Amino acid sequence: MSATLQPLDVTAIRRDFPLLSRVLNGKPVVYLDSAVSGQMPLCAIERMAKYERDEHTNVHRGVSTLSQQATDSYEAAREKVRRFLGAASVREIVWTRGTTEAINLVAQTFGRGVVQAGDEILVSAMEHHANIVPWQMLTQEKGATLKVIPITDDGELILESLDELITERTKLLAVTHVSNVLGTVNPIKEIIARAHAKGVPVLVDGAQAVPHLKVDVQDLDADFYAFSGHKLSGPTGIGALYGKLAHLEAMPPWHGGGNMIRSVTWEKTTYMAAPGKFEAGTPPIAAAIGLGAALDYLTNLGLDRIAAQEHDLLVYATERLERIPGLRILGKARDKASVISFVVEGIHPHDMGSLLDGEGVVIRAGHHCAQPLMARYNLPATTRASFAYFNTREDIDVLVSAVEKAIELFK
Amino acid sequence: MTDPRELYQQVILEHNKKPRNFGKLDPCTHHAEGHNPLCGDQLELSLVIENGVVADIKFQGSGCAIDVASASLMTGIVKGKAVAEAEAMIEQFRGMVRGELDPATQAPLLGRLTLFSGVKDLPSRVKCAILPWATLHAALKGEEEASTE
Repeated sequence: MSATLQPLDVTAIRRDFPLLSRVLNGKPVVYLDSAVSGQMPLCAIERMAKYERDEHTNVHRGVSTLSQQATDSYEAAREKVRRFLGAASVREIVWTRGTTEAINLVAQTFGRGVVQAGDEILVSAMEHHANIVPWQMLTQEKGATLKVIPITDDGELILESLDELITERTKLLAVTHVSNVLGTVNPIKEIIARAHAKGVPVLVDGAQAVPHLKVDVQDLDADFYAFSGHKLSGPTGIGALYGKLAHLEAMPPWHGGGNMIRSVTWEKTTYMAAPGKFEAGTPPIAAAIGLGAALDYLTNLGLDRIAAQEHDLLVYATERLERIPGLRILGKARDKASVISFVVEGIHPHDMGSLLDGEGVVIRAGHHCAQPLMARYNLPATTRASFAYFNTREDIDVLVSAVEKAIELFK
Repeated sequence: MTDPRELYQQVILEHNKKPRNFGKLDPCTHHAEGHNPLCGDQLELSLVIENGVVADIKFQGSGCAIDVASASLMTGIVKGKAVAEAEAMIEQFRGMVRGELDPATQAPLLGRLTLFSGVKDLPSRVKCAILPWATLHAALKGEEEASTE
C-alpha cells in the first residue's frame, strides 16, 4: 500500500447507502455480507430510476430518438465495463445475467466445441458451484473428466501439482480469482502463464475479485473473465463475460432469438458478430446502466483506496476474531481479500447466524455454494463476514461482541 | 419475537448439548434419513414399533441446535406412544412452527414442545425444527428418505 494514499472518507460514503441507516430487529444494521451482494450507492439507484422514469424503451430497436438514447446509455455502460477490466475492445464484453450465466455460456459454446470423450477440464478445490456444475454437466455429456487442483489446509492452491494435472487432454482450466469462502487471492497471472505454456486456455471466475482488486484482463492474459454486477455495488440480474475476441468470434451463438441475428429466413439465419450473437432477447437495460453508474462511483473513490480500507478491516477483524477462545478462522492464505469464514466450537453456524441477525449483524451462514470445499474441511457450514469500503472498525467491534454474546449463551 | 435469543431457551440449549436417545437401534423395524439441503443438516432415525406402539426410537446425525434439540425432545415424547398419536403430533408440530396453529390452544399433544413455537418468527429456521418430524413421518410411512426441500 502506498504510504501517501489518502484514506476514504467513510462517514461521507456511508451517506450514499440508505440501507446502512436502517434498523433491523430493533438494532442498527451492520452489513457484513458484501460477498453475498454488495450494496448499491444512491447514484446507481437513481440512475436506474431515471432510466425507468424518463428513458424507458428498448435498445437496438428502430429509429426513434428514445431508443437511440437508451442504446447509447446501454452501450456506454459496456464501455465502462471494458475500461474497468482493461479489455482491448468493447467487442470483448458480453452482457450476461451474472457470473453463473457467463460460465454456462462458455461451457455450452466454447466448451462443447473443444471437449471430446476422454478429454479433461481442470478446476480447483475452492470453486463456487457456479464454476463446478457447468463443467460437470459438460464433462458428463461428453464422457470427459473433471480434475481438481488441491488446496492446503491454509486454503492456498497447491500449484506444484499443476504441471502434473495439466495433460495433453486438458482442454480448459477454470479457476476462481478470489475464493468466496476462504478469501484466498489466487496467483492468477502465474496460473494462466503456466496453463498457456501447455496450450491450455483459462477461464477466471472473477465474482469475488472485482470488488476488491484492480483487474486487468490483458495483463493477466485471461482467455475468459466472468463477474456479476451485484457483487460490485451494482444491481442483480446483470454481469459480464470478457472473452478474447478470437475466442468469441470462433464460438457459436448460444441462445437464439431477437437481437442476436443479422438476417433470418426459413432456410437460414445469420448471426451478429460478437458480442451481439451471445445476447438474444431484450437485456436488463436499467441494470446495465445502473452497473455503469456503480463502476463510475467505484472509480471515483479509487480502487486502490478501496483496497486499502478493506485490507485494514481484514487485518483488524482477523486480529479481533482470533482472540476469541474456541473460534477458528477458515482460510489463512498469505494473500487474502476481505472475507473471513469462521467456526466456533459447539455452535452450529446457523445458530450463530440467527443470533448475529438478532443483533443486527448481517452475515452469511451456510455452505456458501461450495459444498466440495466444505467437505474438504469436513464442515457442514461456516459463518462468513465480508467487508466492503463502507464498513468501519466499529462494525467489526459489533460483530465481535455479538459473537461473544452467542458463545456466552451457548456456554 | 424479534430477538432470536428468546428461542434459544435453556431447554433447547441443554438438549443440544446433551441430546437424549442419541444413537442407532439395531435391529430396528423402521428407519429413515432426513436431510436439509439448504444447510446440510443430516439426521438418521431408527425405531422399533411393536403392536402399533413406538417401543423405542433413537436418532443420530449433525445439525444446528434447533434441529438437534427438536430431535432429542421429539424422540422423548413419541416413545411409548401409539403410531397414530405420533402422526397427530407431527401434524401439530408442523402447524405450530409454521404459525398455522396456536400453541396455547391447538397443539394439546405437544406439551412442553410448544417452546419451539418461536421458530415461526425465524422463517429461515423452520426447516431445522421440522427436519426430525419430517424424518419420523417418512419412517412411519416406510419411506427411507425425507427432505425439507
